[in-house]
Amino acid sequence: MTTPLIIEQVLNGLQFGVMLFLMAAGLTLIFGVMGLINLAHGSLYMVGAFAAAAVAGATGSFFLGLIAALAAAAFAGAVVEMVVIRRLYAAAHLDQVLATFALILIFSEGTRWLYGSFPLFLDIPDSLSGPVTLPGGIQYPLYRLTLIGIGLAVAIGLWALIEKTRIGVQIRAGENDREMIAALGVNISKLYTLIFALGAALAGLAGALVGAIQSVQVGMGEPVLILAFVVIVIGGIGSIRGAFIGALLVGLTDTLGGVFLPELFKLFMETGAAQKSGSAIASMGIYILMGLVLIWRPTGLFGARA
Amino acid sequence: MRVDERMINTVVIAGLLALPLYALAVDEPFTITLVTRAVILALAAVGLNIVLGIGGMVSFGHAVFFGIGGYAMGILAYHAQTFTVLDLGLFTTGGTKMMPVIWLVAMVVSAVVALLIGVLSLRTSGVYFIMITLAFGQMFFYFAISWAQYGGEDGVSIYVRNSFPGLNTLVPIQFFGVCFVLLCVVLFLVAQLQASPFGLALNGTRQSEARAQAVGLNPMRLKLLAFVISGAVTGLAGALFADLNRFVSPSMFSWQLSGELIVLIIIGGVGRLIGPVIGASVFVTLEHFLGGLTDFWHVYLGVILLCIVLFGRGGIIGLLTGQEGAHV
Repeated sequence: MTTPLIIEQVLNGLQFGVMLFLMAAGLTLIFGVMGLINLAHGSLYMVGAFAAAAVAGATGSFFLGLIAALAAAAFAGAVVEMVVIRRLYAAAHLDQVLATFALILIFSEGTRWLYGSFPLFLDIPDSLSGPVTLPGGIQYPLYRLTLIGIGLAVAIGLWALIEKTRIGVQIRAGENDREMIAALGVNISKLYTLIFALGAALAGLAGALVGAIQSVQVGMGEPVLILAFVVIVIGGIGSIRGAFIGALLVGLTDTLGGVFLPELFKLFMETGAAQKSGSAIASMGIYILMGLVLIWRPTGLFGARA
Repeated sequence: MRVDERMINTVVIAGLLALPLYALAVDEPFTITLVTRAVILALAAVGLNIVLGIGGMVSFGHAVFFGIGGYAMGILAYHAQTFTVLDLGLFTTGGTKMMPVIWLVAMVVSAVVALLIGVLSLRTSGVYFIMITLAFGQMFFYFAISWAQYGGEDGVSIYVRNSFPGLNTLVPIQFFGVCFVLLCVVLFLVAQLQASPFGLALNGTRQSEARAQAVGLNPMRLKLLAFVISGAVTGLAGALFADLNRFVSPSMFSWQLSGELIVLIIIGGVGRLIGPVIGASVFVTLEHFLGGLTDFWHVYLGVILLCIVLFGRGGIIGLLTGQEGAHV
């Protein structure tokens, strides 16, 4: 284990974490304000990735692709909110789970219908490809570093939006008492559509950004969705700050666990067995983390006290 | 028109028995296999319905128990067919091909895991509970994928179906008979459970936890017991499902399967004794006919499901009896 390797893995963990944050922020916002559990959030991630791959493939511009991803995911989110989700706010959680599960089926198979089962590819733009040298002589891919930057910028932007703007005041008020702010003259259904579209756009952005380092395919959204659930369970549902801390914890645990646990096991096991059991335990690492947090605090790190 | 629920129960069970017998008469073994599949999925959903319908806990991770049942069968049969030793630390065994033993192991292991998951996840409720059960499901899924000894992502194939004393389980109708009898026994026991003091207390806890607590019940203990029983039943179904396919793979742990089990219950009617059986029959029928028409049949399933949630409360039984059924 050398220091450059450790720093590189920490950066990988951060990059994974901030991308999870983009997903988790939307989920937790939607739950906090509207009280809705949205399984179809992973589909919006997929929509963003496909829109980016299609537009970038047609125009050759990665940045147009990113804009397309934001627009397509926000549009899909707004339409879904107005057609389906709106009817579910007052419904039981079970109904929300089922209706959004149905939306996953429709989105996934619909996309398979349009694009087929083979993955699409989205290339990293030339201006962002290749490694950079960090202080200390460590080589690290520029694109991944950019992702960390974008993730942190979005986190700051979201914080400013919620704490400093008029819409942010309405969002925070909506979390506390939706009847009251409706009575005060805020158009609540427009606000809900806006929040849903905002969450969708963040998911779409994450899909497009991650799509460039992985492949763009049907079903790519659900594993990320479930990780985002783990994130907000750890952070506390409804808390953006919790989502941020939770996302970084999950990102770092998953990445560092996969690298260091097998090494750790090698200290007292033979190499082959250590590799096997180390990676098996590492694959469960974030769930063990979640279990521990729940034993300590059943409503998450920053959740409302029950 | 209002139909009596007991009549629906009788008709459904009779129909489930008559169809394979008819298929046997006209020599269509595939239909028998299809009905067997419906019976096994129904059994898994009956297990889930104990926590979901009676107890009001929306478990989105019941594939865990389905998968554990499957792997219990896969591991025991794998060691029996390769004549290798399964070392469990305290003792070793050569595996087994006997169904009753496999069922017992599947149910006991599922129950123990349900106890562990239950103790952790029942500390929470509502959306937390949904997400946590989903996450535990995913944990087992990834563990199964990285479990190289039993095929990892590829799973384990069992060449010959396991045996039951006095029967030839390779004959489709005989294996169907085994599954059907098990389903009936479990349905009978669940009906008893629903009417027992435990079932009534659990039902009361679903409706109002505070009131249940006020009359001296312990909601946590009731829910945990329900979760354990439910896990054992779904585990049994998993062992049968693996035997039907003679194959287990991590896909038995997948979150889609957990979702589909909930869907089965919703189609039939939440909290109804026979609801999961109707749901499973409808699901397998749709899967067979729509799946034959188009590869993208899940789109239609999604639309149907959306319509049931938005417009048709109470599922098929709710539609027939005019009563909405349990609120979860």
